[in-house]
This record gives sequence, structure tokens and C-alpha cells, in this order.
Amino acid sequence: MAEHESGDLQLVGLSKRFGEFTAVHPLDLTIPEGSFFALLGPSGCGKTTTLRMVAGLEEPTDGRILIGDTDITHARAYQRNVNTVFQSYALFPHMSVLDNVAFGLRRKKDKDAKRKAQEALDLVQLGHTAAKRPNQLSGGMQQRVALARALVNRPDVLLLDEPLGALDLKLRRQMQIELKRIQQEVGLTFIHVTHDQEEAMTMADRIAVMNGGHLEQLADPTTLYEKPTSTFVANFLGQSNLLRARVTGSAGEGLARADVQGNEVVIDAAKVPDGLTDVWVGVRPEKLTLGESGGRNRLHGTVVDASFTGVATQYLVRTAAGADVVVVQQNDGSARAAVNENVTLSWEPGREFVLDAAQDDHAGMDEVA
Amino acid sequence: MAEVALGTGGAPARPRRRHVGWVPYALLAPGLLWLLVFFAAPMFTLGSQSLQEGNVFDGYVFTGNVSVYADALQKYWPHLLRSVGYAGAATVFALLLAYPLAYVIAQKAGRFQNLMLVLVVAPFFTSFLIRTLAWRTILSDTGPVTELAQRLHITDLLQAANLINNDTLLSSKFAVIAGLTYNFLPFMILPLYASLDRLDHRLVEAAEDLYASPFQAFRHVTWPMSLPGVVAGTLLTFIPAAGDYINSRLLGNTQTIMIGQVIDTQFLRVLDYPLAAALSFVLLLLILALVTTYVRRAGTEELV
Repeated sequence: MAEHESGDLQLVGLSKRFGEFTAVHPLDLTIPEGSFFALLGPSGCGKTTTLRMVAGLEEPTDGRILIGDTDITHARAYQRNVNTVFQSYALFPHMSVLDNVAFGLRRKKDKDAKRKAQEALDLVQLGHTAAKRPNQLSGGMQQRVALARALVNRPDVLLLDEPLGALDLKLRRQMQIELKRIQQEVGLTFIHVTHDQEEAMTMADRIAVMNGGHLEQLADPTTLYEKPTSTFVANFLGQSNLLRARVTGSAGEGLARADVQGNEVVIDAAKVPDGLTDVWVGVRPEKLTLGESGGRNRLHGTVVDASFTGVATQYLVRTAAGADVVVVQQNDGSARAAVNENVTLSWEPGREFVLDAAQDDHAGMDEVA
Repeated sequence: MAEVALGTGGAPARPRRRHVGWVPYALLAPGLLWLLVFFAAPMFTLGSQSLQEGNVFDGYVFTGNVSVYADALQKYWPHLLRSVGYAGAATVFALLLAYPLAYVIAQKAGRFQNLMLVLVVAPFFTSFLIRTLAWRTILSDTGPVTELAQRLHITDLLQAANLINNDTLLSSKFAVIAGLTYNFLPFMILPLYASLDRLDHRLVEAAEDLYASPFQAFRHVTWPMSLPGVVAGTLLTFIPAAGDYINSRLLGNTQTIMIGQVIDTQFLRVLDYPLAAALSFVLLLLILALVTTYVRRAGTEELV
């Protein structure tokens, strides 16, 4: 669907310092043309600064930005074929909705500005609001106008700076699906900056997780969730139970034997980082089963808290060694456990991930949005 | 100025209807009373005075003599036109000087913002008259300003433009307009500052993101967004400047007499009260007509 070949967006050793503070450490990223890419991280992780450098609103301290073969590192914002949907929407209050959307086209002296703007408004289902002023629209509608205003220019790269942050939860879910649909329809490269891990996973083909100005991990949503490479990613994306373990030997069939707080478990040997014996064994709450039906690996403990959320029940189980483990049990009719009940938890080997024990098991925990 | 601000800022929210007690009237009463005694009543007196005949020794009698208005216009229309012209020129110069200054104070001054605002207001600590008298010293024939202007041939330039009559600066069109510009400059800066201070810098960023060069971003975003301040500032400058009688007297010559000075003379020296009152009314109506047209135009102007 893309009208012209623009090429991939490449960030080469891109960094930004504000005085003594380094907002973005040298960053290398390639964002394939036509992909829906998310920059995910807690506030202050450098994701917005990275986005602003791509937009041309911030001058990089070092490094280069390329679209295809064109170096745009030092091009001014208005010279780049890159458009942004701002967090504050930044709609021009003194113009009609249609004039807002046509703004970019008119600057490019497009003779068809009005018709194209109207079409873009129709695409976001706001064709009927063309003559209104932005402040006459609701937050969700303004957000869609901001999207149309950027989309209509068919930029090489469309930047979204937490565009859904100001919307309520229901509207946000709706807009996530809508954004994804529009991206597939127009086929442009979208870079979405967000601190909402669920939003990033719902929409993006690939996600770059950033923390403290560094890139933590770059992968598709499934890989990020199933095989996080750091405790930060494990904790920031969803919930993780990180169990301190010691790898004791091989169990055959590609499995390794490990000691978790006195319980012997078997884990996927391929997941153990080379040469490590002190590790974190991470198991997602939904991969643990209350009772013994979940698989070969067992843990024992006492239920200290149970909260019913409708589709599921979330248990907090304290193991004999004093570790707190979160278990999510689907509300599928199976027996529920009561607080203070002694329970057995089980999981199937291979459903865990393994990280170096040298990492902080609380990294990224406080930042969960 | 409220109408001005609303006129360009989009539709205001309709207030919800509810019971209105006596409190609003009580709050309005002192102000209304003040206006009644010190504005409405004098206006009425002035109006009736303009239709009286007589002289200061035998007293004036109300005769409904409307022809005084025709006389006033016939005799003093050059002064009226000149006043509008000078005030208009001073307004334009004040805008040209004030806009960049207000922009810097509002958007770039950072921690110096308050200091700069105080400096803008500082001249108000001395009287209008003193400030204008000071300009006589500044522009005096033997002063350094005149000397410098002569050496740089600025005087030749001004003379060619018919703004001064000889190679000195004082007692000229130039001096009167410069004085008016200076005296009313703060009235231009402050409303401009207020509207530029409110301007969200992210809108300018958005414009640049949408392919607008810095100039285009100014032309299509900053300028139209600051129009309420421009309208307020130009009115606050033009209206008092058009009726001013100090600058033309202290800095001008016999060829630069403005209508305010004429009225002043008629009232206090010639003692021709009907003529002075009629001229006051003419000036009032003229300014009202000009301002109404201007505000209408500025309010409905296509901003994009």
C-alpha cells in the first residue's frame, strides 16, 4: 500500500546528553519499513527523547539517523518526511478540524490538500467534524484528528508519543485496535512510544524495551514475554516469579537439574546461560498450576492471599523457604484454594525462563504502569 | 477586552442557567454608581454644552445649535485626520517594537522574565508629563542623539521623508510620533506578553513537524494565536494616542497640532466651551467608529 519506497529507519550509535545527564546511551536500532514498532519503558528511560530525535525536535549529541540511504541526522524537523502524533495532541485551536489536517499538505503546496484531508478524516471516522474547532471534540476524537493530521502526509515514519495516555481504559483499548487496523491499511512505518506494556504487546510487531537510556531487549512480543533476557524485562512485561536456583547437573533429554529452595526441578537446558550455575528461574503466574496436574516440577507453600478477578483468581503463595509466588488460575470450574491452605504448585519443564542470578530480581518492578 | 479575546478564541461554553439572587447586582452597584456620576453625567453635560451658545462673560444658553458640529468639522478636520494618522503610525511602530520584545520576555527570558517585565513597567513610576519633557532633553538640538543622527545622515533621511523640517529632531512630526510611540509602548507590550506567554510551545513544534519552516510556523500559528493580544495592545495604544495633547504640545510645532491639543486650547484658553465640547464628541465618535470597524475585521478575519 505504501506509495513510495522509503526504506528502513536506522539509528546508528544515537545518543543524547543534557548537560551531565545522559538521556540516551549510544543506541543502535533498525526499524523495518512498514512495521509497527514500539519503544517501551518506564518514564525517563529515554524513549521520548529517542522519538524526538527522530522527529528532529531534539538534536542528537552523537550518532546518525537514516531513512533508507538518506542521512537525516541534521535535517530540521520541517525538512524530514516524518510526522508525530503528540501526547498532548497539539491541535491548532484557532483552525477548524479540516484545516488542522490539511496543515502539512498545504505547507507542501499540495493542490489537493482539502480533499485528501477530508479523506483522512473519513479514515478515522470523523468526516462529519471537519468544520468544527478541536476544542469542540472529545479527547478521543481529538486524538483521532491528531492521527489523521499526521497520517495524511504519508510520512516515511509516523511517530506516536504516548498518544493514548490521556484516554480512559475502554477508549484506549478501542483506539489500540483502531490504530493497528489503520497501520495495516496504510502500510506506513509506525513507531509507538509507550510505558504501557500491554499496549505495546497488543499493537506492535516488534518492541524495543528501554531502561535508563539503554536498550534492554529488542524482540517480538511473544519472545519478550516468554524469553526475557533480563530481570528488568521479566518484571516490566507482565508479572514474573523469579526463583533463586542452582543448576546441579543434567537430567538428560535436553533438560537440566536445578535446586530451587530445596525442591529439585528440571528445566530446559538450552535456556540456561552458558556456564552459569547461580540463576533465576522465572515462571509466569499463569504457567503455574494449583495442584499437581500442571507438570513434573513441584513447589509447596501456603496461600496468603487470594483475589478473585472474574475470569481468574490470583493467589499469593508463600513457599516454605519464604519466597512469595503469584499464581493465576483460570476460573474454569476447578477447585479453588482458601487462604492459609497448604498447596502444591506445579509446572511443566520448558515453560520457565532462566536468567543470571547476578541481576537484581526487583529491577523494573516499581516501574510497572 | 473580553469580547476581543472571545471573538478570536472560539465559542465560549454556554453557562448553565440557575437562580440569580441579588448578590450580582450588589457587586455591580458601586461600579455602576461611579460610572453614572463620573462618566454618564459628565458626558451628558458635555453633550448639552456643545449645543449651547453665548460667551464666557454673559454665560451660555442652551439653544440646540447643531451647526457648531459643522463648524468644528470644517475648521478642524485636518487636526482630526492628523491625530488619527499620528496615532496610527505610533501604534504600528509600537507594535513593531513591542512584538519581538514581548516574544522574548514570554518565550525566551527564563529567569529574567520578571525583571524584564518590571523594566517594561518602570517608566510608569514617573509622570507622563515628566517622561515627555525628558524627550525634549533627549532630542534637544545640541544633544548627542541629534548629533549622532546628523552624523549618520538620519536627519537627511527624515527630512526627505518630510518628518522633520530642518536638520534637528525636536519640534517635528518625527518627535511627536516618537513620543507617542514611547509613551504608549508598555500598553502594547503587556497584552502582547500576556497572549504570547499563554502560547503553548508544543503547537509551534507541531507546526514544524508538519513541514512549516520557522517563518511559516510564526505566520500560521504564533501570530494568529497572539492576535487577541495584538488587538488589545493596538486599541490600548491607539485610543489614548489619538486623543493625546501632551506630545504634540511639548515635542511638536504649529504644523503638528493634534486634536487633543485643540480641545485643550479651546476649553482652557479660548474658553469656547461649545466648540470644545463638540470637538470632544466628534473625536469620541470617530474613534468609536474606527475601533468598531477594526475589531470586527480582526475578529472575523480568516486566520489560516
